[in-house]
Amino acid sequence: MAALIEIAGLTKRFGAFTAVDDVSFSVARGEVLGFLGPNGAGKSTTMRMLAGFMTPTAGSARICGHDVQTDSVAARRLLGFLPEGAPTYPEMTVLAFLRFVARIRGYRGGELDRRVDHALGLTSLRGVRLQPVETLSKGFKRRVGLAQSLLHDPPVLVLDEPTDGLDPNQKHEVRLLIAEMAPQKAIVISTHILEEVEAVCTRAIVIAQGRVVADETPSQLAARNPSGKLDDVFRDLTQSKAAA
Amino acid sequence: MRNMLIVARRELGSYFATPVAVVFIVIFLALQGVLTFNLGNFFDRDQADLAPFFGFIPWVFLLLVPAITMRLWAEERRQGTIELLLTLPITQSQAVVGKFLAAWAFCAIALLLTFPFVITVNILGRPDNGVIAAGYVGSLLVAGSFLSIGAALSAITKNQVIAFVLAVSVCFVFAVASYPLVTDFLQRGSPVLADIARHISVSDRFQSFSRGIVSVRDVVFFASFIGFWLFLNTVIIEHRKAD
Repeated sequence: MAALIEIAGLTKRFGAFTAVDDVSFSVARGEVLGFLGPNGAGKSTTMRMLAGFMTPTAGSARICGHDVQTDSVAARRLLGFLPEGAPTYPEMTVLAFLRFVARIRGYRGGELDRRVDHALGLTSLRGVRLQPVETLSKGFKRRVGLAQSLLHDPPVLVLDEPTDGLDPNQKHEVRLLIAEMAPQKAIVISTHILEEVEAVCTRAIVIAQGRVVADETPSQLAARNPSGKLDDVFRDLTQSKAAA
Repeated sequence: MRNMLIVARRELGSYFATPVAVVFIVIFLALQGVLTFNLGNFFDRDQADLAPFFGFIPWVFLLLVPAITMRLWAEERRQGTIELLLTLPITQSQAVVGKFLAAWAFCAIALLLTFPFVITVNILGRPDNGVIAAGYVGSLLVAGSFLSIGAALSAITKNQVIAFVLAVSVCFVFAVASYPLVTDFLQRGSPVLADIARHISVSDRFQSFSRGIVSVRDVVFFASFIGFWLFLNTVIIEHRKAD
């Protein structure tokens, strides 16, 4: 089956600094790709280019066959994107914010109400729907961002640290949600939490200094170190690279 | 078109969700009142028109319009919501025009709320309401011009104060471009520049509106002026959105 996400030779330079260096991978339906790497390794930059927000210096990214640069609106229709830090308009209520996104996504009338309500349900936000986003705690804000990305049930989901700031119960719920949606979608999540990779991801990519240093299943990745722990493998891969 | 209006509606709602709207409108009306009735000698002139009112409009807008536009893109950048907005399935120009329309609609609301001036002058005398209507059209176009400048400049920074100061400065240039002080100075160096300065002056064009003359040339000028700055805004967003 054709991959829903195709990234080829993606490179981003800021002046002399290369943030993302010739990254290529593709993600098929049913895959949950964990995107790992230390801070500043280029995870968010890659995701921003994939979402069409940042223009790559070289290379291309496609979502369901639509190039994110040349056919960006079509690509973004099929994408659910949670940007880093889950930004939302602070003065809007949760409901008003989601209704705004739903309208932009082309829904109206009863369909709009149904979509928004469904997204509120998926992220357990019904209780706070009339509160302004700025009054919510970090975990709730993150879920508002998540709800926004799920609203249109997109075939491709790109989530930058979806569980950051959530408490253990909420993390568990979000992981269940991701696992539940996984068979119908191609999902990329970036995370610092290695146990999350083992819990939900079918594949893991480790990126260090802008380069892909590993691309395999979480169990293959864990087997790289005799201890069998992802933490140790992660340190080996990212620190040896930094030292080199 | 639909996407533009959705963006505009959200933006306009955000003015009223914060004290920005109330503070702006109250200050605008108070300032216009004081300037028209006290400094403008509205009563002593003994003429049934709103000339003092419209005389001050460009200067009040010069100060207040950048206060509306300074947050337009700068805040969007600071909050990171620009990343959300521009990864939704809309084009950048739809976002740019939508935000501009919201700010413009807000200025229109503020202008509408000056209706007591019109009532006052109609009670006191028999003014030419056609001239007053032309003045309002001109005011709206001046507001639009300053808004388009402010919006474009707001897109180059995360800092609202910088956006404000830049916008006031650039709007000021277009407000005084036709003043003898500027044109005489340019005349000495290059007469062509002086001529250009006279033609791009926003306040000069506004003068004819406040005298009741609505000419196609002036309307076309304002439309192209706003169009140019909105285009610039789109280009700035395209190049600097992710910085």
